[in-house]
Amino acid sequence: MTLISVENLSVRYGANTVLRHVDMVVEAGEIVTIVGPNGSGKTSLLRAIIGATKPAVGQVSLKPGLKIGYVPQKLHIDPTLPISVERFMRLTDRVSKVKCEKALETAGVPDLLKRQMSQLSGGQFQRVLLARALINQPDVLLLDEATQGLDQPGSAAFYHQIEEVRRETGCAILMISHELHVVMSASDRVVCLNGHVCCEGSPAVVASAPEYRALFGTGTGGALALYRHDHDHDHDHCETSQEAAE
Amino acid sequence: MLDDFMTRATLAGVGVAFAAAPLGCFVVWRRMAYFGDATAHAAILGIALSLTFQLSVFTGALAVALAMALTVTLLSGRGYAMDTLLGVMAHSALAFGLVAVSFLSGVRIDLMAYLFGDILAVSRTDLLVIWGGAVLVVALIAWRWSHLLTATLNEELAYASGFNPRREQLILTLALAITVAVAIKVVGVLLIAAMLIIPAAASRSLARSPESMALIAAAIGAFSAVTGLRAAYMFDTPAGPSIVCVAAILFACLSVVGLQTRDRSKLN
Repeated sequence: MTLISVENLSVRYGANTVLRHVDMVVEAGEIVTIVGPNGSGKTSLLRAIIGATKPAVGQVSLKPGLKIGYVPQKLHIDPTLPISVERFMRLTDRVSKVKCEKALETAGVPDLLKRQMSQLSGGQFQRVLLARALINQPDVLLLDEATQGLDQPGSAAFYHQIEEVRRETGCAILMISHELHVVMSASDRVVCLNGHVCCEGSPAVVASAPEYRALFGTGTGGALALYRHDHDHDHDHCETSQEAAE
Repeated sequence: MLDDFMTRATLAGVGVAFAAAPLGCFVVWRRMAYFGDATAHAAILGIALSLTFQLSVFTGALAVALAMALTVTLLSGRGYAMDTLLGVMAHSALAFGLVAVSFLSGVRIDLMAYLFGDILAVSRTDLLVIWGGAVLVVALIAWRWSHLLTATLNEELAYASGFNPRREQLILTLALAITVAVAIKVVGVLLIAAMLIIPAAASRSLARSPESMALIAAAIGAFSAVTGLRAAYMFDTPAGPSIVCVAAILFACLSVVGLQTRDRSKLN
């Protein structure tokens, strides 16, 4: 069953086109990862899906009644705002304490309920964000570079948790990430984005695709990818399809 | 009971404190302190206009405060930094207001009463307007509370939960304009921001949740109003500034207490 379907989506900020003719779908229960260099429109795509950015062209359709759990990239809580984990979990929905505890457990951080958000470590904070997104049994979880600020073992553990969540709840996961190596192994499907969809497929297919290598180098066969964005990368079929579309 | 001017003044002060407390918390959390200041300063232009066209001061101040707040909200993020924009708009509105007032020949008006408030001259009608406005502001914020809180924490989180954070921002803007309009008589346009920010900031060290912070801020504001008026009566000092002084002293005391407990919790 298709949960999210993006058709021919273009997003513009003023004169600046950040996304061109993007097509993608998220099916029930799958983990889809969006990778791409800075400025490639990853966050804009996610913003368009949640309705925070209006598409210039094309459309985003969500399955009717789709429940979205959203984990933001960075959530800044002003130090003047006192808020406990429990209150934060109940931010948008009135849910029982038991449900809060259950969601925290699923996210791997039980026993934090009474703590103040300001006292949490970076890793705990991200897991509480995850728990909040899980609280209403969403059909799909959207994560926008949710491991920013975590160290390597921290983010690896976080992605393990995500796989665990999928196994436990069966919800689909759409995430954006920088950490190609860690993410790739966890995904069912990878979409490589650079203003347009460069290539798409299973992690193995994408990792060996020339478009992907042009963007990220060839060092993904074990170690971390060299994170580099060449503007003059060789990119034949995408360029032609773009020209055809314009 | 309402025949006594001190009773009316006290009730007026407490009314403004109640409206300012929850709104002030959002002003502090969202770092909109200067925004509150700007809206308040613009109100002096509204006063000049309402005297010219013989409207009630409340109506004029509300209209201009609202126009000011909306303009700033619309213009923000389009070229100028927010504080530059506010600096330009607030002080121009204040200057134009002061100039406009000087044109009003025939009407003798006491500008000081609008700049620093004239709480001892609050009439029964004023009281009705102040409490009407206060109840409206508190009701508005209570109604949207969890949405306002979500939008304050993270814009995308609000969108993903299915509502538009810009609309919540608009509600805060509206509440701010109403608060400014009703508070003019009590503390005057120059000190309204103080009534918004000081009680909210003072309550931070005592509060463990957003809700308790708003309630404690209301208590601190109300206490400041009552005590400030008493002090003004006893020492023959201006009433509005006396209220703000009491709030400021409370802020200082509570901050010291807050710092000490924080140090202690770090040691443990």
